[in-house]
Amino acid sequence: MNLHEYQAKKLLAAHGVAVPPGDVCDTAEEAKATAGKLFAEGYKRVIVKSQIHAGGRGRGVFKNGRKGGVKICETTAEVYAHARNMLGQVLVTKQTGPEGRLVSKVLVESALAIDRELFVAVVLDRTISRPVVMVCQEGGVDIEEVAAKTPHLICREVVDPVMGLMPYQARRLALRLGLKSELIHQAARLLMGVYQAWWKCEATLVEINPLHVVEDIDGNQTLVAVDSKIALDDNALYRQAELQELRDLAEESPLEVEASNYNLSYIKLDGNIACLVNGAGLAMATMDIVKHHGGRPANFLDVGGGAKPEQVAAAFKIILSDPNVKAILVNIFGGIMQCDIIAQGIVAAVRETNLTLPLVVRLEGNNVEPARAIIAESGLPVIAADSMADAARKVVQAVPR
Amino acid sequence: MAILVTPETKVIVQGITGHFGAQHTRLSLAYGTRIVAGVVPGKGGDRFDDTAPIFNTVAEAAQATDATVSAVFVPPPYAADAILEAVDADLELVVCITEFIPVKDMIKVHRAMTGRKTRLLGPNCPGIVTPGPGEHSHGGCRIGIAPGYIHKKGHVGVASRSGTLTYEAVWQLTQRGVGQSTSVGIGGDPVHGTSHLDVVKMFNDDPDTHGIILIGEIGGSSEEEAAAWIRQHCRKPVAAFVAGATAPPGRRMGHAGAIISGGKGTAAAKIAAFKEAGIAVAPTPSDIAETLLKIL
Repeated sequence: MNLHEYQAKKLLAAHGVAVPPGDVCDTAEEAKATAGKLFAEGYKRVIVKSQIHAGGRGRGVFKNGRKGGVKICETTAEVYAHARNMLGQVLVTKQTGPEGRLVSKVLVESALAIDRELFVAVVLDRTISRPVVMVCQEGGVDIEEVAAKTPHLICREVVDPVMGLMPYQARRLALRLGLKSELIHQAARLLMGVYQAWWKCEATLVEINPLHVVEDIDGNQTLVAVDSKIALDDNALYRQAELQELRDLAEESPLEVEASNYNLSYIKLDGNIACLVNGAGLAMATMDIVKHHGGRPANFLDVGGGAKPEQVAAAFKIILSDPNVKAILVNIFGGIMQCDIIAQGIVAAVRETNLTLPLVVRLEGNNVEPARAIIAESGLPVIAADSMADAARKVVQAVPR
Repeated sequence: MAILVTPETKVIVQGITGHFGAQHTRLSLAYGTRIVAGVVPGKGGDRFDDTAPIFNTVAEAAQATDATVSAVFVPPPYAADAILEAVDADLELVVCITEFIPVKDMIKVHRAMTGRKTRLLGPNCPGIVTPGPGEHSHGGCRIGIAPGYIHKKGHVGVASRSGTLTYEAVWQLTQRGVGQSTSVGIGGDPVHGTSHLDVVKMFNDDPDTHGIILIGEIGGSSEEEAAAWIRQHCRKPVAAFVAGATAPPGRRMGHAGAIISGGKGTAAAKIAAFKEAGIAVAPTPSDIAETLLKIL
């Protein structure tokens, strides 16, 4: 589960990380009022930021043609105008896909003069099964690019989960960020807070990019988290009641939410051959073999290793909700589950949904002979396949050209 | 021989009275596996289906039965505790089937297991099968949720992150009359015990294993680490398949660990690492067995 920027900043602030003064707003009037307060406190510039779960907002374009999901303003009138232009509009960025995301909140914050831009993140290092805190002097840019082109600029400290991030490790990272005197201690405190947020919230990612070295209103150098991203471990949400409430269903694809209600794992793709498979590995492999034979998969869909008939029925309804689908491939390895019971589920689902699209079914495993008989005797125009390759070839041919 | 488990291995099931644990214990018993005890705190003294005695603790069960392996079928919130109880009892192997365990719990488990003798397989894995000599491989050791009858006793070692895709590969072998020494599911979670590399090393040392199939998927670098070692040290032919060439980056493909993040963990990179190591890579999941048979 991903958080919005404003939610991530509230969590970080609760762990002692300085974030720019400001507030999240639902209306242009609220945005104007918030900006008014910030200007009154002496801030010269205010930033208005669209809140969606995707990066690249600054260079994004709204569907109504207006450019920029992030704007810097010097008057409350500008803040009001920009907030009004953003709220209720759909923003398309390089990360949203062409469908874009609806902006229903904007974050209004003070914008301070920047001295330097840094990068901080906490992730799991899968090779050693330990948390790792990463910093980089090159903040504000695409960190993946830095990692690919100049990996030596990224400094890491591996954390012992029993001890947590130690202050000496945090100071070492601060030094490698090129910070001096008092800022070393400030950065170390900040890094300890970021790590604590990662651990306590059971995040899979906490990222601050950029972390700005700014001059505050009193002329002192200080560190401020200007943008932040937090992703949480879905498996831990059951014991993180407060964080569960931060879920924004509007940011998730309605079909994927519907699928999760049936314990199905569904991800929509941009092809036209729907795949219905049991098991995540086999489901990925099925998409791969469809592509290998010249087809384009419309989705990833794992009905679970066990593949119960009622899940198969729900899965049919979900894949048929995608208007791009022109043919369906069912690939079930019925190891424990009996194939004949799955076949009954398929026949029932086809009848119930009045399916008119070509359907290729490949069943393998327990009771596969009676299963094939059930499908053959159903009188339904189902195309039977006897291997994954056979199924992929047949479904690709079945797509109307 | 085989690796990790043999038909003689005595097995405990933690969570034997749960729906899933009970179902698969019955299937394992029917396969001929020596499930000698169950562990359910509070139900000590009972029996499972009038056969295996149930104990309150893993230590009691192990002491009473000489079991060396435990299968964990405990719900996610209690699974980390169950694994560490088996580690504390100094079992040789813990096979954790449970899916959806929080990552933080597994980070702690991994840390707590450092320096202990117990090996962990999983979590979120189909388990392990060493096929037996009987009809449909009956009489083997089946721990977990894989269908037993698809196996055949033989000399190919299989290691995989996936469940049903492993069954697919095993079935392809069996249909061609080629048996398996042991089939090992390492699991689909980002933090897990035994890795591809650990399993490859064991197969390399097992005189009964003549060829190896590795099944990988997007995410992490378990495949690349195995490839680097195989290139230098492996004396046996290896065939591989990597699932997820068509998976979009940044999305979790069913398994918690199957995600391309920060441009890392792509199928293309893993396939390239395999090829560089001289491993025969199956072009499609339909060709996994054929790919190995060509080089065996």
